[in-house]
Amino acid sequence: MRTALILLFLLAVASIPGSLIPQERVDPSAVFLWKQEHPKLTPAFERLGMFSVFSSVWFSAIYLLLMLSLLGCIIPRLRVYARAVRQRPPKAPRQLSRLAAYDTWPTDEPPEVVADRARELLSSQRRRIETFGPPTTPADGAGSAEIVVSAEKGYLREAGNLLFHVAVVVVLVGVAVTGLFGFKGSAAVITGQGFSNTLVQYDDFTPGTRFDESELAPFSFTVEDFDVRWERDGAGRGTPLTFSADLAVSDEPGATPYDYDLRVNHPLEVGGASVYLVGHGYAPRVTVRDGAGNVASSGSTVFLPQDGSFVSFGVIKAPYASPTQLGFEGYFFPTAALCDGQPCSTFPDADNPVLSLIAYRGDLGLDQGRPQSVYVLDKSRMQRFETPGGNPRALLLSPGETIQLGDGAGSITFDGYDRWVQLQINRAPGKVVPLVGVLAAIVGLLGSLFVRPRRTWVRIRRADGRTVVEVAALDRVSGGDPAVHVAEVGAALRPAAPPAPRQHTPPEESP
Amino acid sequence: MTETLAGLSNNAVYAATVVYALAMLAHVAEWAMARALPADVATAGSRSALVSAGRTTASLDADSSAADSSAADSSARPGGVGTAAAGQGASPAEVERSDKFGRIGLSLTVLGLLLHAVGVVTRGVAAGRVPWGSMYEFSITSTLAVALAYVFLVRRYKIRWLGLLVTGFLVIVLGLAVIVLYRPVAPLVPALHSYWLAIHVSAAAIAGGALTVGALASALYLVRSSMEAKALAQPEKPRTGFLWRAPAAVDIDRLSYRVHAFAFPLWTFAVLAGAIWAEYAWGRYWGWDPKEVWAFITWVVYAAYLHARATAGWQGRAAAYVALFGYATFIFNFVGINLFGSGLHAYSGM
Ligand code: HEM
Repeated sequence: MRTALILLFLLAVASIPGSLIPQERVDPSAVFLWKQEHPKLTPAFERLGMFSVFSSVWFSAIYLLLMLSLLGCIIPRLRVYARAVRQRPPKAPRQLSRLAAYDTWPTDEPPEVVADRARELLSSQRRRIETFGPPTTPADGAGSAEIVVSAEKGYLREAGNLLFHVAVVVVLVGVAVTGLFGFKGSAAVITGQGFSNTLVQYDDFTPGTRFDESELAPFSFTVEDFDVRWERDGAGRGTPLTFSADLAVSDEPGATPYDYDLRVNHPLEVGGASVYLVGHGYAPRVTVRDGAGNVASSGSTVFLPQDGSFVSFGVIKAPYASPTQLGFEGYFFPTAALCDGQPCSTFPDADNPVLSLIAYRGDLGLDQGRPQSVYVLDKSRMQRFETPGGNPRALLLSPGETIQLGDGAGSITFDGYDRWVQLQINRAPGKVVPLVGVLAAIVGLLGSLFVRPRRTWVRIRRADGRTVVEVAALDRVSGGDPAVHVAEVGAALRPAAPPAPRQHTPPEESP
Repeated sequence: MTETLAGLSNNAVYAATVVYALAMLAHVAEWAMARALPADVATAGSRSALVSAGRTTASLDADSSAADSSAADSSARPGGVGTAAAGQGASPAEVERSDKFGRIGLSLTVLGLLLHAVGVVTRGVAAGRVPWGSMYEFSITSTLAVALAYVFLVRRYKIRWLGLLVTGFLVIVLGLAVIVLYRPVAPLVPALHSYWLAIHVSAAAIAGGALTVGALASALYLVRSSMEAKALAQPEKPRTGFLWRAPAAVDIDRLSYRVHAFAFPLWTFAVLAGAIWAEYAWGRYWGWDPKEVWAFITWVVYAAYLHARATAGWQGRAAAYVALFGYATFIFNFVGINLFGSGLHAYSGM
């Protein structure tokens, strides 16, 4: 128990760094920035697994130990409990008057009458009852003969407690297993384009260790439209109001497609996987012509939003341009304006779209055989187009506008923009297991917290020619008030005639 | 219409803050008047502090507490605080004066609660949704839960002795909400368009209200139990003042336990509902986002609190410290992570 307590605390402390230091799995770009800012700490932190705390050796060690201590505790307790539920209520302690909740009174009723009434009362309160004492009353004056009615309730507390702890194990195991057989992937899809569930269509794909690629269900869909609306005025100006993507989904090749309105909080379930709408952005449509006037590149390109104003960064590559390859890098401003002399966007919707690019020519480096990110322009073998003054030449384009690059290199036309959606596609078989586990844990917890095991004794004996009744109760856990219970039992067992004063004080004040 | 309601909400929240402040002043007066009053016979007498402290502890140990062992503890009985205090009596007029301010404080708190409820409800109607979409709204809603919990518990368990702490808490948090956190009514971001917002956040707010009352009780318990320990060492010192008139440490402790026992399953449920919602909204039920990490830490610390209560040697003061630590993690999650943190839960409106 003390071990479990210490391990619980350790687990709490161990998860703190995970919330203060950026985590690889939560926000990889924040990790990247953090590493740049803290070059000295980075190596040590990497060795300690600080960027993936929750899968680090030490974190896993703590929770494995916790699980072991949990199992090591549940199993023997199950055995003890199996015995305890079959047990009868125990004998009374010798000195009932020493219990915190105690009441006594003399009466002239015969002991068995009181005992019967006590049995009836206590069993009507759904307590388990056991009577100790002579089956028949001995002759008056036998003195030592006594009847004890012993009652107990609250066996479900321990059951609830055990259920809770077993459920914690179920949750831990369930979480671990769910990841093994599933996968997690993401893809950015431009409106009007499609996605089919094959590896090459994912931008990012993380299989569980037991996942096999052949298990990818053959579904596909087209993102026909994406609707996004922002608050235009008032305090919340610029906050998004709705996102919704119209999908046409096919369960398998050749199947008739059906429509699905994909929204946040409204994922698509298809082929055992779930598709979530997790983000969106702009994809400027650009046509690049080369020196010969041929179209070297055309279509929309995904630009990544940089902040809530949706200023978006992107790269356009035209490898087929001649005489030299062309590359562009820059920003898309949905509602372009000047803020403090700098170009900025004053609203996330595309009220005044402007594309601001720097152009390069030379070798894009695509033939090196190295994989290249579509969001990065390798400028090492490229040359910037500059103004006569030697500064980079910013190409500012409104929709429909064309700018000549000069030097016979070609031109660029900003045709307009599309939107794209960021989709997350997961498959997590068995995810109901942790859910059921937590629900069971809550049920167990309620039992474990609100069922109060309590033992009650009513001892009836003859003394000095009268019958003396004693009532006492003992709670086996804190939080209850046995004195109140004893007072109630006392009130119910006293002979009805003159109502006795309610009395549940400790004995020192009622000698 | 929306504007009018939003204005009404703001005025009601201001008014509630002011009325709570008056209630707090009344409770300050209640304490001040009780400075010279001796320990209350009702609380220090029959079920006195140290007397029952020794005994209840014995009845707490889960299994070993056979009745005989509790008998051994009763050695602490004679000459306990109770018997000593029971001899002295306060003049009824003085007691009545202090008590009157206590009753005024409670009445004002109830009035404040009504205004507060109007403020929260009209805010929700003005926004056309549940009133917990920003940090300001969550503050006014969860403090409403605190006030409700307190008024309910006063009726049920006579906890008016917590009045000063509760009203003080309400004034500080509502004041900060109005001054620092205030945001006009705004629509929800799409991530919050879900009935899970109602389920998850209301469970968290109610659990938070109960945890607050539990933490205040734990703090008062620590003060009272050290007073009792000192009194035992110096039995001749007079025991006067409001805190001596509050219930005995054991009783405060029991209340604190009950409130925590209510809050913990609810908190578990709030975390679970959050996980299910995250599954719908973000495609994963648990992602170790900072907010999630701290909800987990809070959960673990309170689980440890419940364990501590069941472990011999960790009851009483140690358990109370664990409870306060748990509350600190809860508050940090709300304040620290919302203001400075990042992650997917960044909808605080800051
Ligand atoms: C992450 C959550 C929890 C873990 C890992 C955990 C672990 C454990 C372990 C390992 C034990 C047995 C240790 C022993 O007997 O030596 C134990 C016992 C116990 N736990 Fe938990 N526990 C957790 C949550 C809770 C909660 C929330 C409660 C509150 C109701 C609770 C109540 C108890 C009780 C009453 C015992 C038995 C005390 C006894 O038999 O002496 N546990 N727990």
